[in-house]
Amino acid sequence: MQPTDIHNPNYFHKVVDCQWACPAHTPVPEYIRLIAQERYTEAYMINWESNVFPGILGRTCDRPCEPACRRVRTEEKPVAICRLKRVAADHKGDITRYLPKVPKKKNGKRIALLGAGPASLAVARDLLPLGYTIDMFDRDPGGGGMMRSQIPAFRLPKDVLEEEVDLIVNMGVNARYNYEITSMKEMLDMDYDAYFVGTGAPRGRDLDLPGRKEVSKHISIGIDWLSNVAFGHTTSISGRVIVMGGGNTAMDCCRTSNRLGAESVTVVVRSAFDVMKASDWEKEDAMAEGIPILNNRPPKEFVHENGKLKGVVFGRVKPVEADGRLKYVPTGEADVYIEANHILMAIGQENHCPWIERDLGIEFDKWDCPVIDEDSLQSTHEKIFFGGDSAFGPENIIWASAHAHKAAISIHLFCQGKDPKHDRPPEAVNLISQKMGLHEWSYDAEHDPSQRHIVPHADLKRSLDNIKVEVELGFDEDLGFKEAQRCLNCDVQTVFTEKLCIECDACVDICPMDCITFTPNAPEAELRTALTAPAETLEQDLYVSDTLPTSRVMVKDEDLCLHCGLCAERCPTNAWDMQKSIIHIPQLSSYAE
Amino acid sequence: MTFVPKPKARHPLLKTNEIGLTRRDYEAIVSTLCAGCGHDSVSAAVIQACHELSIPPHQFAKVSGIGCSSKTPSYFLGNAHGFNSVHGRMPSIATGAYLANKELKYIGISGDGDSASIGLGQFAHIIRRKVDMCYIVDNNGTYGLTKGQFSATNDRGSTSKRGVPNLYAPIDLVSLAIQLGASFVARSFSGDKQQLIPLIKAAVLHKGFAFIDVISPCVMFNNHEGSTKSYSHVRNHTEPVVDANLIMPRDEIAVEYEEGTTISVSMHDGSKLQLRKLSDSYEPDDRVSALTYVQQAQEEGEIVTGLLFLEEDAVDCHDILGTSDTPFNGLEQESLCPRAEKLEQINESLR
Ligand SMILES: Cc1cc2nc3c(=O)[nH]c(=O)nc-3n(C[C@H](O)[C@H](O)[C@H](O)COP(=O)(O)OP(=O)(O)OC[C@H]3O[C@@H](n4cnc5c(N)ncnc54)[C@H](O)[C@@H]3O)c2cc1C
Ligand SMILES: Cc1ncc(C[n+]2csc(CCOP(=O)(O)OP(=O)(O)O)c2C)c(N)n1
Ligand code: SF4
Ligand code: SF4
Ligand code: SF4
Ligand SMILES: [Mg+2]
Repeated sequence: MQPTDIHNPNYFHKVVDCQWACPAHTPVPEYIRLIAQERYTEAYMINWESNVFPGILGRTCDRPCEPACRRVRTEEKPVAICRLKRVAADHKGDITRYLPKVPKKKNGKRIALLGAGPASLAVARDLLPLGYTIDMFDRDPGGGGMMRSQIPAFRLPKDVLEEEVDLIVNMGVNARYNYEITSMKEMLDMDYDAYFVGTGAPRGRDLDLPGRKEVSKHISIGIDWLSNVAFGHTTSISGRVIVMGGGNTAMDCCRTSNRLGAESVTVVVRSAFDVMKASDWEKEDAMAEGIPILNNRPPKEFVHENGKLKGVVFGRVKPVEADGRLKYVPTGEADVYIEANHILMAIGQENHCPWIERDLGIEFDKWDCPVIDEDSLQSTHEKIFFGGDSAFGPENIIWASAHAHKAAISIHLFCQGKDPKHDRPPEAVNLISQKMGLHEWSYDAEHDPSQRHIVPHADLKRSLDNIKVEVELGFDEDLGFKEAQRCLNCDVQTVFTEKLCIECDACVDICPMDCITFTPNAPEAELRTALTAPAETLEQDLYVSDTLPTSRVMVKDEDLCLHCGLCAERCPTNAWDMQKSIIHIPQLSSYAE
Repeated sequence: MTFVPKPKARHPLLKTNEIGLTRRDYEAIVSTLCAGCGHDSVSAAVIQACHELSIPPHQFAKVSGIGCSSKTPSYFLGNAHGFNSVHGRMPSIATGAYLANKELKYIGISGDGDSASIGLGQFAHIIRRKVDMCYIVDNNGTYGLTKGQFSATNDRGSTSKRGVPNLYAPIDLVSLAIQLGASFVARSFSGDKQQLIPLIKAAVLHKGFAFIDVISPCVMFNNHEGSTKSYSHVRNHTEPVVDANLIMPRDEIAVEYEEGTTISVSMHDGSKLQLRKLSDSYEPDDRVSALTYVQQAQEEGEIVTGLLFLEEDAVDCHDILGTSDTPFNGLEQESLCPRAEKLEQINESLR
């Protein structure tokens, strides 16, 4: 193998598994260390910089970082990254002095944000400090998009939502609420310098089965129903409820029904339990509230008497793997009939923009999605950028923030007459030694073997009685500290300097995870089997040195490294050093000065 | 020196041996020696060798004298028996322990100061007495623990850290051991575990006195330019003459060497020791020719390594003395402490 180029920003970025997996590339270990030092405000601000909504995300994030966490591989359970974000938000002090300054004098450029969801809000936050004038339009009576209209209060209390939404709006957004956008042409006629479309994926899917038309007044589309609940138009549901679907929306629908007076609630899913779209913790929470989830039951027919819904007939299937894909085949057993008085349909959403005329130069593909450049998020109309759910279909809040940072850079480049795709600032990496003394590091290198700590929940009866009672209580400072100690500090990198190494083997012998091997060089596949312990996680890189005096190379498998620093402590020549990698992900804020 | 304990976490794919233990189960506390000390590599090699032998750690006894080297039994086989004796006196302790219990596997760790200076007399006599053990000298040419004086194995002309040459000729422990009747004599280098580990395994299984001289650089006092025991000098001047490869009864014989170059020796536990000659003129089963070869190479400044001498079917001191096969701790009070009448009988028979 060729020697590893550690100055390629992606190399060490990949080692920080959580940060790499986070769409907004939040520097996770950095804020976790601050939490352990009780520096909650700084921890909060690091999050706010990268993901814009730490208090909201600390409760609701989809957490792609957690399955990626190195701790899953060295032990089993990841660090509770998401819940630690909430610790920072819950315990922070006054943040005003850390906030970016918004100039009184505007730069003369006017930007329209369509929709007031997380994507638009984050674009506003990035652009305001550079003097842009921001007008934001939304049909809802307040900002936040689906964070306000969909995510129920028992998961995301209103005050938490409003604090972070208002923070941005109060930076100087001209918010135009209760504004239904019906024509893109009209918007273009207002002659803004650029447009950001952040209108989400607001149309819930429906299912056309026998009886559908007849029972329509007993069926609600999940996201429409949830938004009616959020805005207080719906305050109760009665009788037996069936929730159809297996994603987030289904989980929120069933738990909300359970709180609004349903006699019984059943979730019925077409697919198998393991492949449901809902996150594991959402399924666990629903089941903990006594809601049954029935899997492998595709619906066949709505049974009614003169338009009055009686129940639903479901078939029975089983998953079979064919050519690496799951297929569902009938089991041959008799159909199941489940009585129901109301059905909540939660089988998916679409990004749907009927209000965008198709003759404005904005191209749509065969799935009716806008054609967008992945790097710049620019549409085929140069003034129009997309982000959040409206760009590539329904995702989540953290993706909305990530898109927003990209789009804000593009809009800024575009307004300066530069090319949003090719003039983007590059990523970079800085390496800073953490050595403080012979055996002293500026981070807590010692490995903490404790198991993941469990977040306490509110009393079940109390939370089922009141939809506003938040179910998760969050970690207190003590649990927060303990959980923070589980972080392996994967951003403190083992950096190797060939010319200092005397090949004494001290690092090989001390490494608790058998990461390091000195061996003759070979192609990667061969090297992976020739190491002290086989390197079977192919996505994890091998760090390979240049040729050493014994004509061998040093190979380090990054996979299971605990970042404990023992290799560097035992190295007599400092050929190993522990250096913090700071990954610079371009953000508009760096242009603000 | 490291203050942080080595984490218990381990690689999930770490191999387990025949008795279900991983290499980590053969470790002990973290070393307090200087970072980079060759002795730590020897400890790591002992750990690996004992793990591969699938012998439970508590069936080993570690014995040592005084010195950085003699401290190392604390850093391997944490669950073994051990005795850290006084300077140069490990052989007496080892002999006593072996006489009391021949069922344990004995690993002695000593230094060049411990064995070639103050303990040279004891070293000579444990060889002569044929105690069944694996005796390792971590040979760094210096008194590491007392901060870098030349030891008796330091080569003439090799310089101290300050550039002062050593005026005396070295004692070569390998030559001594061959001469004094050791039945297994090897030399290796702490920086070459591939060679060292099989040697330790074979030495542990060998019945009789097995000696391994391991050149083990002292990074603090004897790893500079001008030293003949530095990592780079040793790497550039070693000449491996016989490779040893221990084949356990359950192992498949993976490599078949060319006819005539290998010698296959059956060990008394059923495993096989394969010796591969890397030098045509080397005769590892002939004391005189082995000795000549080793000494000639030394004259030329070359360090021959590998299994340098092996005598099959060796006897040990229990065989010679006809002493009890059962360890003392397994004997009844009656046989351990015969009554006065028995003494009377013995005295009578001698009158
Ligand atoms: C039930 C449910 C639960 C969810 N739970 C989570 C969760 O726990 N965690 C998570 O990360 N994500 C969750 N999501 C997904 C998340 O809410 C969205 O991915 C995210 O809000 C998308 O942000 P956005 O800014 O792209 O659009 P949105 O948040 O959808 O905002 C779009 C805004 O545009 C407005 N708009 C649309 N069309 C028009 C128009 N024609 N005129 C005027 N205004 C218009 C809408 O009113 C809305 O306010 C959930 C989604 C649902 C449906
Ligand atoms: C009876 C006695 N004499 C002298 C000493 C001082 N002393 C301690 S260690 C040592 C030399 C150790 O050298 P070596 O055996 O080569 O061990 P190393 O530290 O080099 O591994 C000496 C002379 C002592 N401890 N006891
Ligand atoms: S920091 Fe060094 S010693 Fe610790 S696990 Fe990683 S490679 Fe091994
Ligand atoms: S401890 Fe340092 S000098 Fe020794 S082999 Fe490792 S990197 Fe090289
Ligand atoms: S002084 Fe020399 S022999 Fe002793 S621990 Fe340090 S390097 Fe090893
Ligand atoms: Mg010594």
